[in-house]
Amino acid sequence: MMLDTQPTQAIAPPEHFVSVKGLCKSFGNAVLYDNFNLDLASNQLVSVFGPNGCGKSTLINMISGLTPFDSGEILIHDKPIRRARIGYVFQNYREAMLPWLSAFDNIAYPLRVKGMPEAECRDRVETLIQTFNIQLDLKRYPYSFSGGQQQLISILRALVADPEVLFLDEPFSALDFETTLFVRDKLQEIFETTKIPMFMVVHNLEEAVFLADTVLLLSKRPTRLVEMVSFPASRPRTLDTLSSPEFIETSRHCLDIFRQEMRK
Amino acid sequence: MTATLSKPQRRAAGRPFLQNLDRLLPLVGVGVMFGLWWLIAVSGWVNPVLLPTPWATLSALVTAMTTGDMFIDFFASVVRTFSAFLLAAVVGVPLGVLLGSSEKLYRSVEFLIDFFRSTPASALIPMFILFFGVSDFSKVIIAAFSALLLIVFNSAYGVLNARQSRILAAKVMGANRWQVFKDVLVMESLPQTFIGLRSGISIALVIVIVAEMFIGTEQGLGKRIIDAQQVLNVQDMYASILITGLLGYALNVLFLLGEKRVIHWSGK
Ligand SMILES: Nc1ncnc2c1ncn2[C@@H]1O[C@H](COP(=O)(O)OP(=O)(O)OP(=O)(O)O)[C@@H](O)[C@H]1O
Ligand SMILES: [Mg+2]
Repeated sequence: MMLDTQPTQAIAPPEHFVSVKGLCKSFGNAVLYDNFNLDLASNQLVSVFGPNGCGKSTLINMISGLTPFDSGEILIHDKPIRRARIGYVFQNYREAMLPWLSAFDNIAYPLRVKGMPEAECRDRVETLIQTFNIQLDLKRYPYSFSGGQQQLISILRALVADPEVLFLDEPFSALDFETTLFVRDKLQEIFETTKIPMFMVVHNLEEAVFLADTVLLLSKRPTRLVEMVSFPASRPRTLDTLSSPEFIETSRHCLDIFRQEMRK
Repeated sequence: MTATLSKPQRRAAGRPFLQNLDRLLPLVGVGVMFGLWWLIAVSGWVNPVLLPTPWATLSALVTAMTTGDMFIDFFASVVRTFSAFLLAAVVGVPLGVLLGSSEKLYRSVEFLIDFFRSTPASALIPMFILFFGVSDFSKVIIAAFSALLLIVFNSAYGVLNARQSRILAAKVMGANRWQVFKDVLVMESLPQTFIGLRSGISIALVIVIVAEMFIGTEQGLGKRIIDAQQVLNVQDMYASILITGLLGYALNVLFLLGEKRVIHWSGK
């Protein structure tokens, strides 16, 4: 079912890569989402920021089909989640890799479960690592790589099956500063090359603004969408972007809104 | 930009000489034990008929293994232990994995497994004799039964406690239930399964030796130990105990090494 290839001459590409209507979700008596709506225009990198425990992970997991929800509708490119090709990058790469498989076999796993012939699997993985100029010895096991390399491998794994959306839940939070810079640059490069829309939860406000076309600011529970802030700075974004007036302006604006929300 | 983050270099081990000395530490205990044994044996505190010197015992061991008939007994016990173990593993691992893959199924038999696991297997020997007689088969079956419980329990436990994150990861990559089961659940349970296999072969050896003493047999280390004791052939008794201990130890080491090779990812 995931093998469905989209007809190339699609009639008018879908306007939104994610659209959520009337979403409700509670854990026991705790209401997390009550009639939550969200439309994300196509081909963007969207980052999500909100207070701890407000339900960012739950949201990304519901949209990617990992967590069931109580009521409402979620569409990806105008299709139900089950019919969409999804890539997901976990926060904790160590617990999301399959350590009994080599890095190469980890990357190839999404293709293998679909029953793709071995030769084609190899080709696809080779092409992918060449496209992004990855110089790692992928015959090694995942745990023998550094944290940043492992997270990069899990990003490749999420990309290999040609997803139409990439979900990332705090992809940098288990990495140190230097590695974060490296993985972040790589992710931006991937976004620019593939134009795959990305939906990324980020735990640091500046991080959220830096890569994003749109920043979603969430409230405390029950969680509402407080504001969608757009950040149209040109790409590639570099360390200079961090000191540009538009970045500083947008970050401050987001911070103000966040502070107001926390005071409520 | 290229992906070349360097991995931090592992610090080179310093002072190789002292490290080599450290490796010999386990021998200290052995040396002390043999020293004490020798002291007691030559001091005259204990009747020399009951306690030969270590050297006499060791040379009896070597002679009996190379020229005498001890090897036949040794071999018979090894064959029984491995037959029991294989039987238990072939049935136990799939059964455990199956039980573990359904929480409800496992909970419904958990008490039974825990009960029989807590019952000393030697207490069941008379019952097994009733059913299977005093044949060789009977000894293998009872040893297999005790090993089976340990293996089932550990395999089931391994599957039950598989990391949720890896299951989710496989699901989101499009794996169906069967693929999740064989690619993730079974692999996740392997470290625990190996613990079950290792304890399984240990208990199989224990029960084989007890059964050989209790049920009687033509050949076997258990029978040899008890026979030697009956006729006060103490050198042979100690030698047989030593070789049994060595066998148990070797099996444990063998399984630990196998475990290390197969489960290369454990603890990483
Ligand atoms: N399976 C669950 N059962 C019960 N409560 C849950 C479950 N998963 C999450 N919660 C609760 O829902 C709330 C939102 O959790 P979630 O992990 O989505 O938040 P988050 O915004 O990602 O938090 P963080 O900033 O810590 O990553 C939390 O209060 C959490 O305790
Ligand atoms: Mg979270």
